[in-house]
Amino acid sequence: MPPDELKRLSRIKSKLECRSSILEGIRAFFRQRDFIEVETPLRVPAVAPEQFISPFTSEGWFLSTSPELQMKRLLSAGYDRIFQICHCFRKDERGQNHNPEFTMLEWYRARGDYLQVIRDAQEMVLDLAGKTGCGQVLKYQGQEIDLSLPWPQITVREAFLRWAGWDPFKTFDGQRFDDDLVARVIPGFLSERPTVILDYPPECASLARLRPGSPPVAERAEIFIGGLEIANAYSELTEPSEQAQRFKLEAEQLRRAGKPSAWPQKFLEAVEYLPESSGIALGVDRLVMLFCDTRQIDDVMAFPADLL
Amino acid sequence: MNIEEVSKNTKLLIDNTPFSVETVEFVKPGKGRAIYKFRLRNLFSGNVLDITYHSGDKVEETSITMHEMQYLYQEGDNFIFMDSSSFEQIPMTKEQVGEKTGFLKEGTPVVVMMWEGRPIDLQIPKVVELKVLETSASLKGATITAQMKEGKLETGITVGVPAFVKEGDVIKVDTRTGTYIERVGSK
Repeated sequence: MPPDELKRLSRIKSKLECRSSILEGIRAFFRQRDFIEVETPLRVPAVAPEQFISPFTSEGWFLSTSPELQMKRLLSAGYDRIFQICHCFRKDERGQNHNPEFTMLEWYRARGDYLQVIRDAQEMVLDLAGKTGCGQVLKYQGQEIDLSLPWPQITVREAFLRWAGWDPFKTFDGQRFDDDLVARVIPGFLSERPTVILDYPPECASLARLRPGSPPVAERAEIFIGGLEIANAYSELTEPSEQAQRFKLEAEQLRRAGKPSAWPQKFLEAVEYLPESSGIALGVDRLVMLFCDTRQIDDVMAFPADLL
Repeated sequence: MNIEEVSKNTKLLIDNTPFSVETVEFVKPGKGRAIYKFRLRNLFSGNVLDITYHSGDKVEETSITMHEMQYLYQEGDNFIFMDSSSFEQIPMTKEQVGEKTGFLKEGTPVVVMMWEGRPIDLQIPKVVELKVLETSASLKGATITAQMKEGKLETGITVGVPAFVKEGDVIKVDTRTGTYIERVGSK
């Protein structure tokens, strides 16, 4: 065995053990709550068209960027509590917190809204903290993070007004939004607590339902812990024509950029039967990074893409 | 080229100046644009430039070619190298060669990086053999110690050498640290 590989795999062994316990803990958490674990295909004929998520192609099909579409087809068929732990693939995503192949945990429930799945996530993280022996306080990069419930919440509007000095609901600027989110808003979050940021501008709705009002907001929430984006939740959009319209806009952007996409017809047919529901996607690798106190996603994966 | 294709050591042309990518920091909100923070080195001045790009941006790649050459001689403030395959002679300025001047003697093999026909950087061997011209007074009769003394080399630089090294000896020097490695003989 090459000495570098032996050295690396020996160094991260305790982290991979922690990863294994976390996976076991996640499954136990959901089984206790009557969720069924499902598996949906990794290789699919279409993924949700999204301007800033690029799929790998595979013989005319795609590698899944998220199990969302197929899991929602299950929701439409009456599966009202489902979860899945699977690999997702996103082209060109590589950095300290990114590997083009990564592990996602997604769960969906009929009836509840985005705040319901955010509560599930908080309880799950606290439950895992108990199981891994750190109690209510996570030590991450020299910082103690108090996980006790409920976690502080802030709306996107308040957060941008406070830390970036502008209101994205007034004049939306996508690039400025992303830049300021990363450079100003996230660094503004309390470092000793997780943060839930919620109610996004409609332009960032993705597959989330809009709540009418002035202004209307997308019922979308995200969880940040230790500066890491951990999870993204929606009250699911259940209106087929609205969903098709959003996909059309995204597909048009992809076409202009010369990127491949395909129309998720079967999913759109299922949206008609989608009950009022909510869902959330949580990055398992990043969760493991938190529990293993590392800033490098490579430390929690046996074989990151560059070492294959 | 698309911004996604840029990686460490890619050479980019920005405002007609070649830069080498030293580090790439990739940040991306899950649903948002990828943000690429590059640290670039200006290949003319050596200055560092931090610059941010986004998904969809395009940059101009430029090619830097590597040429095996050997050092010939110094002429005023210029150092003259000869391309080992074309025998063409190329001057580099004292500023471009920098501290590496202290390790160059006639015939030293080097690799010159060229951009659009102009030399912009130079790689020298990690280890070079140089002759000792002078050392501090010989320590005949004195106790032998592990202490180092100064040795002035044929290229004009001074390195610490062990007490047993004499004038006329040839020693190996580590060009990255400028330190003595071992004695290889005397001439």
